[in-house]
Amino acid sequence: MNKVVKKEFFSEKVVRLVVEAPLIARARKAGNFVILRVGEKGERIPLTIASADAEKGTIDLVAQVVGVSTSKLAELEPGDYITDLVGPLGKPTHIEKVGTILAAGGGVGVAPLLPIVEAFKKAGNRVITVLAARSKDLIILEDQMRQWSDELIVMTDDGSHGRQGLVTAGMEEILQREKVDECIVIGPAIMMKFAALLTEKYKVPTQASLNSIMVDGTGMCGACRVSVGGKTRFTCVDGPEFDAHHIDFDEMLMRLGGYREEEREALERYHLQHKLVEK
Amino acid sequence: KDRMLINRVSMPELEPEIRVNYQDREVNSGLTREMAMQEAIRCMDCANPTCIEGCPVSINIPKFIKNIERGEIQQAASVLKETSALPAVCGRVCPQEKQCEAQCFYVQKLNKPAVAIGHLERFAADYERENGEMSVPETAESNGIKVATVGSGPAALSFAGDMIKKGYDVTVFEALHEIGGVLKYGIPEFRLPNNIVDKELENLQKMGVHFETNFIVGRTASFDDLKEQGFQAFFIGSGAGLPRFMNIPGENYNGILSSNEYLTRVNLMGAQYDETDTPVLHGKRVAVVGGGNTAMDSVRTALRLGAEKAMIVYRRSEEEMPARIEEIKHAKEEGVEFHNLCNPLEYYGDEKGRVSGMKLIRMELGEPDASGRRRPVPMEGSEFEMDVDLVIVAVGVSPNPLVPSSLKELNVTKWGTIVVDENNMQSSIPEMFAGGDIVRGGATVILAMGDGRLAAEKMDHFLQEKYTVN
Ligand SMILES: Cc1cc2nc3c(=O)[nH]c(=O)nc-3n(C[C@H](O)[C@H](O)[C@H](O)COP(=O)(O)OP(=O)(O)OC[C@H]3O[C@@H](n4cnc5c(N)ncnc54)[C@H](O)[C@@H]3O)c2cc1C
Ligand SMILES: Cc1cc2nc3c(=O)[nH]c(=O)nc-3n(C[C@H](O)[C@H](O)[C@H](O)COP(=O)(O)OP(=O)(O)OC[C@H]3O[C@@H](n4cnc5c(N)ncnc54)[C@H](O)[C@@H]3O)c2cc1C
Ligand code: SF4
Ligand code: SF4
Ligand code: FES
Ligand SMILES: [Mg+2]
Repeated sequence: MNKVVKKEFFSEKVVRLVVEAPLIARARKAGNFVILRVGEKGERIPLTIASADAEKGTIDLVAQVVGVSTSKLAELEPGDYITDLVGPLGKPTHIEKVGTILAAGGGVGVAPLLPIVEAFKKAGNRVITVLAARSKDLIILEDQMRQWSDELIVMTDDGSHGRQGLVTAGMEEILQREKVDECIVIGPAIMMKFAALLTEKYKVPTQASLNSIMVDGTGMCGACRVSVGGKTRFTCVDGPEFDAHHIDFDEMLMRLGGYREEEREALERYHLQHKLVEK
Repeated sequence: KDRMLINRVSMPELEPEIRVNYQDREVNSGLTREMAMQEAIRCMDCANPTCIEGCPVSINIPKFIKNIERGEIQQAASVLKETSALPAVCGRVCPQEKQCEAQCFYVQKLNKPAVAIGHLERFAADYERENGEMSVPETAESNGIKVATVGSGPAALSFAGDMIKKGYDVTVFEALHEIGGVLKYGIPEFRLPNNIVDKELENLQKMGVHFETNFIVGRTASFDDLKEQGFQAFFIGSGAGLPRFMNIPGENYNGILSSNEYLTRVNLMGAQYDETDTPVLHGKRVAVVGGGNTAMDSVRTALRLGAEKAMIVYRRSEEEMPARIEEIKHAKEEGVEFHNLCNPLEYYGDEKGRVSGMKLIRMELGEPDASGRRRPVPMEGSEFEMDVDLVIVAVGVSPNPLVPSSLKELNVTKWGTIVVDENNMQSSIPEMFAGGDIVRGGATVILAMGDGRLAAEKMDHFLQEKYTVN
């Protein structure tokens, strides 16, 4: 049981929770995630550790509400408890001084990108960050990102904030302008796919942090498997970051839809229940 | 002599037509007191009880059975508890026909069915649980020495039970949100109800064992952190978690999953119920690849979740199947189809990426291989196809890599199992002992428990020596 100590909404569908987890706060590194479960009937879902305060013993989670489990999480109030929380999981990001880093985050992927950008900056790199979302209210953590970036570009699909266009447009501008040594992308799978195609063209080594479907997060079930360079790898123990130029993104996109029908039905049931309760 | 004329009791079972509708109703319903006492008469209390040699934890079999014969069931249960931390579990899932019962005088000398040791063990443990107080074994006075287990499967639990009896301060660390390892997430309710495991756990708790769930040793805290907190020695019982796949084309289509994933969704998460949030795929035509207990558990689960056709695809013949005979029999009664001497070659998917069919090849048995079983060889030109909408791959597991990857100094084999001295279960790091599937690479509940017991005994010597020297 882990206590929620703070909660705020970045937008209608994006929530930040500060959660008591002293051991994880101390042990975690940039790139790690946790698996949590809300309620005794709850599902195990992975969320990246967006940041942590080792002294206070808390971690920050930023979740986009997309289905039943994230809805239940977003309903928790300060003082409530998360039934189960385990971590830190996954291999941490390999942080080194390499020169210039291009970091690209899409949607809620900006949250897990933040600790990585911070770590690269602290390691002495020049960091250029591109944030992207559909519209202004979905751009999160802009100020925090700016703090650790030498340059920050914001892209929105509708042009309501920053520049209009996709994340790849912002990235290409940088790639054309100067030599980038390494790139990291986190966001929806489709965004990572096109970002990877772009950096491949410019021959810039690129890491993508994958969000495959998980159950245990300890290498036991194989639900999170992805093909990287023709080999089957488990995202939870071998990843979540892999060489983006070798990831089979099409397969990954397909696998993300593996339970779509069941998830849709579950969400309908959940909304129905809510309506009944409200009445 | 009359004893020998009594027929072996048969276990009452739920009818196949009824039980295929319930994931959570036990197939074997257990002996009545009368049946158990009658069966107990058969045991001849041999001067040289060979049955005990067949039991990896050396349960005093005639002693507990004779207590049943006299109607002293509580006593019988106490005898079991002297050696086994989980008798209600072993009575259900031990491959008795290959262990204690295989060595019974009846089988060895009389060519008759063995005394039903497993059924009697289950009876005594169940009786104690259901009637009156469960006896809590005595524990020695606390010696204040802290030890920990990594994992909470049968190996770790039996280790914990023995160490707490010896007076140690024992903490069990488990990565998942439930205690029990495979007993909880793997073996289904229709063979081993979770509440039975929980009852046995309660007993350990009463004896003073601490349980920490959601704690990954090596991640949540390192071994060094734990040593700093005063833990003097560790028992690693982290099991064989990593599922194997066959690496054939199309294997990553949706609807193709490991038995671990399938069984975890159902057994640990209760995904078959509407009120839980975890989803599970319901197949109409389900193929389960493999011939072990895991495969039988998966195929029978698929039936219970509504499959119209549930099939085993196994590359050898029934004779070589590693699953327990009882499981194969139950599966057949329930209507599982067996496609033996067949091996998958490739999977096909529909436009949404869901598996829709598979290509198989027929096999024949050639010369015996390293395991002593005859090697299956593909028969050229015998390929054929089958429509399927769910495939469960149960072709084995590899050792859990979490601990070895966080302890670089630990000696492991090329398969990833931890190397121990088999006389004392000690690893290459003196204060780390290990046992169960992480050492054996996939074995049985009772072998895991035997390892836990041996490790407890030897770790006790190790720590006592260390403390008397200092
Ligand atoms: C390593 C990792 C880190 C992640 N970090 C974050 C994060 O920081 N913030 C964030 O908002 N999201 C993150 N996600 C995604 C998040 O786990 C899913 O959005 C969430 O599980 C959806 O659950 P749901 O029940 O609300 O939605 P559902 O309606 O059940 O599912 C919506 C979609 O989410 C995906 N999904 C469903 N179940 C799971 C599952 N058990 N594991 C993974 N994905 C699933 C599927 O593609 C599904 O179609 C991360 C995923 C991974 C693997
Ligand atoms: C479906 C299925 C059916 C089976 N049927 C039978 C049967 O009928 N009869 C029989 O005798 N055997 C059966 N077996 C085999 C038997 O269950 C195993 O041999 C036995 O459970 C091994 O026990 P263990 O203690 O080594 O580990 P496990 O039971 O595998 O438990 C290991 C535990 O350690 C945890 N863990 C791993 N790493 C860490 C870490 N770093 N920190 C904390 N926790 C960690 C894991 O989460 C897990 O819970 C079956 C197995 C399966 C999968
Ligand atoms: S523990 Fe298993 S092998 Fe030992 S007596 Fe009981 S059933 Fe037989
Ligand atoms: S060998 Fe068989 S008959 Fe003899 S003591 Fe053991 S169980 Fe009884
Ligand atoms: S989530 Fe189960 S193996 Fe990765
Ligand atoms: Mg969900």
